[in-house]
Amino acid sequence: MNPATAYRDINFLREKAKAVRVEILKMLAEAGSGHTGGSLSATDIATAIYFYKLKHKPEDPGWRERDRFILSKGHAAPLLYAVLALSGYFDVSLLKTLRKLGSPLQGHPSSKSLPGVEVSTGSLGQGLSIANGIAIGLKMDGLDSRVYCLLGDGEIQEGQVWEAAMTAAHYRLDNMCAMVDLNGLQIDGPVSEVKGIEPVDMKWKAFGWHVIDIDGNDMDAIVKALDAAESVKGKPTVILARTLKGKGVSFFEGKVKYHGIAPTQEELRRALKELE
Amino acid sequence: MGEMIQNTEHRTQSTEKKAIATRDAYGEALLELGEKRKDVVVLDADLSGSTKTGKFAAAFPERFYNIGVSEQDMVGTASGLSLTGKLPFASTFAIFETGRAWEQIRQTVCYSNLNVKLVATHSGISVGEDGASHQAIEDIALMRVLPNMTVVVPADGAETKQVIEAIADYYGPVYVRLGRAKVPNVMPEDYKFAIARAHIFNTGKDANIIATGIMVSVSLEAAEILRSEGIDVGVINMSTIKPLDSGALLKAAQSSRLIVTAEEHSIIGGLGGAVCEFLAENHPMPVKRIGIRDTFGCSGTPDELMKLYGLTSDDIVKTIIQCQ
Repeated sequence: MNPATAYRDINFLREKAKAVRVEILKMLAEAGSGHTGGSLSATDIATAIYFYKLKHKPEDPGWRERDRFILSKGHAAPLLYAVLALSGYFDVSLLKTLRKLGSPLQGHPSSKSLPGVEVSTGSLGQGLSIANGIAIGLKMDGLDSRVYCLLGDGEIQEGQVWEAAMTAAHYRLDNMCAMVDLNGLQIDGPVSEVKGIEPVDMKWKAFGWHVIDIDGNDMDAIVKALDAAESVKGKPTVILARTLKGKGVSFFEGKVKYHGIAPTQEELRRALKELE
Repeated sequence: MGEMIQNTEHRTQSTEKKAIATRDAYGEALLELGEKRKDVVVLDADLSGSTKTGKFAAAFPERFYNIGVSEQDMVGTASGLSLTGKLPFASTFAIFETGRAWEQIRQTVCYSNLNVKLVATHSGISVGEDGASHQAIEDIALMRVLPNMTVVVPADGAETKQVIEAIADYYGPVYVRLGRAKVPNVMPEDYKFAIARAHIFNTGKDANIIATGIMVSVSLEAAEILRSEGIDVGVINMSTIKPLDSGALLKAAQSSRLIVTAEEHSIIGGLGGAVCEFLAENHPMPVKRIGIRDTFGCSGTPDELMKLYGLTSDDIVKTIIQCQ
């Protein structure tokens, strides 16, 4: 069970987020490729999920009553691998095999190779539909388990996201909590320039969701939002997490360039120093 | 005399009873399966009246989810249900199921090897009047290329029912291709369907026809005509197109001078493609493909379209005679 579940130990979670960032940077530098910016922007959210909110048993990944986490923005695989490893799903030493031939840590998450990965993702726009199906299945089984689904902001340009948004509202999936990592940047540039998504809160409201708009790098705000989401009945909740791309490493922050490239060894050294 | 009449009546009655569309058989099979297995969940994309999942919906409303006109979302939702141990059947028209949602099927269903059953109706040109937009002639090719996918095309209503039962007991992604039009019952009474097992009606020295779906009945007709003209022709129902029953295919290939494939699908990438790929590597020999020749369908009655696109028994007869 989560060490921080029973109480809101924000400092514990902040320290954990730092440890997650360290693992992300180390594995990306070792791999020499991968998505740095979007892994770091969503680190606080994923840390709060795995070390505060999620009902799970890392020693029993198939536990029927577990809460589910679906990483719809599959390119943030390093983030998922870091929280899974630090939760105890597998040994932390495996992280250095990221993207290497024969590694269970594929460039994008593969459920067939790694315990704790609920479903393979990587092609954007598909996770919310899958999460809906899980939420429906859990309700059919009378379980009070919840489903968390993390999306990117560029990702919500995919039409399927809005198909799924309608489905969740139509079937009143109040065991569903979506989170959008609004870091404002996608590969080709600022989201507002590539294809704007604002007013993003009104879009989700119009689709029948309960909307919680927060600073997605503020651990206290994340924890409160996750708690609040649980008490919403009759409709799904989306947490709009306004984040900073590359958060935690000053020279990556807010830089489009670091969406899809890994730190060099020199950048890693500097980054780790900053996080100390 | 009295006995003869009785027999005739019996035959007429049973033929009428059996000449149903494979989609109708699916509707009935789902209903039976739903009663037997509580883990069966059915999804549709606003076509439950046409795909016949509506019967299941009426009987088990708590296990039916209409996802509306959003096939990609339907496939994703079905995937999620399978992750909670449910046995989802997701249905819509073949072109929307395999075309619109292809990447969802690839990325989520097949890559994660999920236990999702994709059962699509309205395949091929026998859709008729709705025209090319609704006539899937590429779906077998689209599904066959995917790792982990099994592709099944039943020949008649009775086989369809067996297919639905069999795939429910099999773990993994399956695509089942069904039709809108009525098809005569062609499989023998004692026939037992198994995934990846073809049914050999008979083999012939002059040609063997490897057929699938509604073309099995057409091929049987063609073989009968040819045999009456002294040409020895066999017919094989290759209802599982992936994995192909290579043993049956090899037997058919070794016992005749010509292989003819027959499908209500493009000659590219479907049954014809699969058979040619196998034979080219394992038993090179002459092959003729009966199917849609790299063109779209159009509006018309199913019978008119089968003639227009060269999918009648006469077309098969002519093709085989030309090769003798």
